[in-house]
Amino acid sequence: MNGTVKRSERKTVLLSSVLLLFVFLALWQLSVKPSVGGRTEGLPGPGAVAERAWEMLSNPFYDRGPNDKGIGVQLVYSLGRLGAGYIAASLAAIFLGVVLGLYPTLYRAVNPYIQIMKPISPLAWMPLFLYTIKDSGKAAMMVIFMSSLWPTLANTAFGVGSIKRDYLNVSSILQLSWTARLFKVVLPAAAPAIVAGLRISMGSAWVAIVAAEMLIGGTGIGYFVWNEWNNLQLSSVIFAILTIGTVGVLLDLGLGRLAKKLAYAE
Amino acid sequence: MSFLEIDHVTKYFSGSDGAGDLCVFKDVHFRIEKGEFVTMVGHSGCGKSTLLNIIAGLESASAGGIVLEGREIAGPGLDRMVVFQNFSLMPWMTVWENIRLAVRAAYPKWDRQRIADYVGQYVAMVGLSGSERKKPAALSGGMRQRVGLARAFAVKPKVLLLDEPFAQIDALTRGAIQEELIRMWTATRNTVFMVTHDVDEAILLSDRIALMTNGPEARLAEIVEVELPRPRRRESVVEEPAYNRLRKHVIHFLVERSRKLQEQKEEGTPAPAFGRAPVSTLSS
Repeated sequence: MNGTVKRSERKTVLLSSVLLLFVFLALWQLSVKPSVGGRTEGLPGPGAVAERAWEMLSNPFYDRGPNDKGIGVQLVYSLGRLGAGYIAASLAAIFLGVVLGLYPTLYRAVNPYIQIMKPISPLAWMPLFLYTIKDSGKAAMMVIFMSSLWPTLANTAFGVGSIKRDYLNVSSILQLSWTARLFKVVLPAAAPAIVAGLRISMGSAWVAIVAAEMLIGGTGIGYFVWNEWNNLQLSSVIFAILTIGTVGVLLDLGLGRLAKKLAYAE
Repeated sequence: MSFLEIDHVTKYFSGSDGAGDLCVFKDVHFRIEKGEFVTMVGHSGCGKSTLLNIIAGLESASAGGIVLEGREIAGPGLDRMVVFQNFSLMPWMTVWENIRLAVRAAYPKWDRQRIADYVGQYVAMVGLSGSERKKPAALSGGMRQRVGLARAFAVKPKVLLLDEPFAQIDALTRGAIQEELIRMWTATRNTVFMVTHDVDEAILLSDRIALMTNGPEARLAEIVEVELPRPRRRESVVEEPAYNRLRKHVIHFLVERSRKLQEQKEEGTPAPAFGRAPVSTLSS
């Protein structure tokens, strides 16, 4: 019974979603000024964007020089940067977070500095990175690094710090080696909190990459948006915005799966 | 030389915000012989679980110490496994993995196959075959504590410490698991120290019962011998006249004397010498 109720509810939700989409598209279409002599004034309508999307998606991986690359190529650049910065930051954050979580005194000593670092927009670091690294691509990776460090660090330290005393007692009675203690007890116990941090970090990294790429130029989805704006190709800009959103959701879904796998009930 | 000696142990908890230190229990002294099953009974707050944690090495004594086979213990170890009131299983591990974690720790030189066989043997011993892949959250309290017992027995510790192991298990299941424990103990003849406030449980399982006065500043009042023949069964043991005498004695102690003895101490009257607990045998 419960299943059928749920299914009918899901149907209603889906139907409402689709309906809302159509209402939005209709309003959008109505707000677009009619074209005068083949030239559109103001924002392009949904039709124009769909046409442009079709065009870009049918050949996403072409590369015709620095200012003309397929959207797929740009996404690969962005995801590559994101991956490098994000993975490095996550490893560093989990390592530091475990240390801080296990040594509460150290955590309390370091915490004020973490609090100061946290609200800084990762882009504010850009000039320093450009000056010290002297490579705009690597500087962008460092921006991603800074953007995805703090949430994971804070969550890991919290998760490790609040592991139930009982689990640690069992590990000391069993006299587990420090590696066994880390991989069999501490990390699995804190895993839900760590993954929650990783999810927030991924969100802020994906937000930061667009801005960083607008600044450094050259490649990436952020640069693509800026370049199409310079070309006054607003339908491309709108499609790129939708793409950024979609990829963000997919990244989060992946981490959501991981969270489900690592969750445990007490 | 006795096997396990609780050597004049005193425990203070440091008082919060400037209040003086609180003495939980004072000068508790008794010995447990190898293969003996000794239970400590007392009201909440008499520090019996704290004493168990001190023996386990999870807490430290403020004065005195624990001597196991002639050596003073310093910290927790595999020779003193604890069965916890709240089970303390790793919730992200299956039944199998929980037991394997302990087996691997206890026998680091064994290969995979040997470990697997041994884990399987203990899973079967506590009747959990078929539930190996379940996580603790999917098990009833009784089944969880079976895992706890399997984990503890599998390590073959010198001393088994049971911290109110059946308190969170429903009454009907409790009996079955108590008998399971009797069976496992009879097979292994482990040395056991248990704390509980269930008098019937204490009598059913123990060779001797240590009675604590009320806290704070609790003391070991006496140790009672349980002179009931083994093997004991829940249904038949209650019919023994000695059972009821003993039960009456312990309950009378818990209801009346545990409080009176504590009050005596507070009024400053010199309490009887508790250093060496008198042993009453309750002969008829």
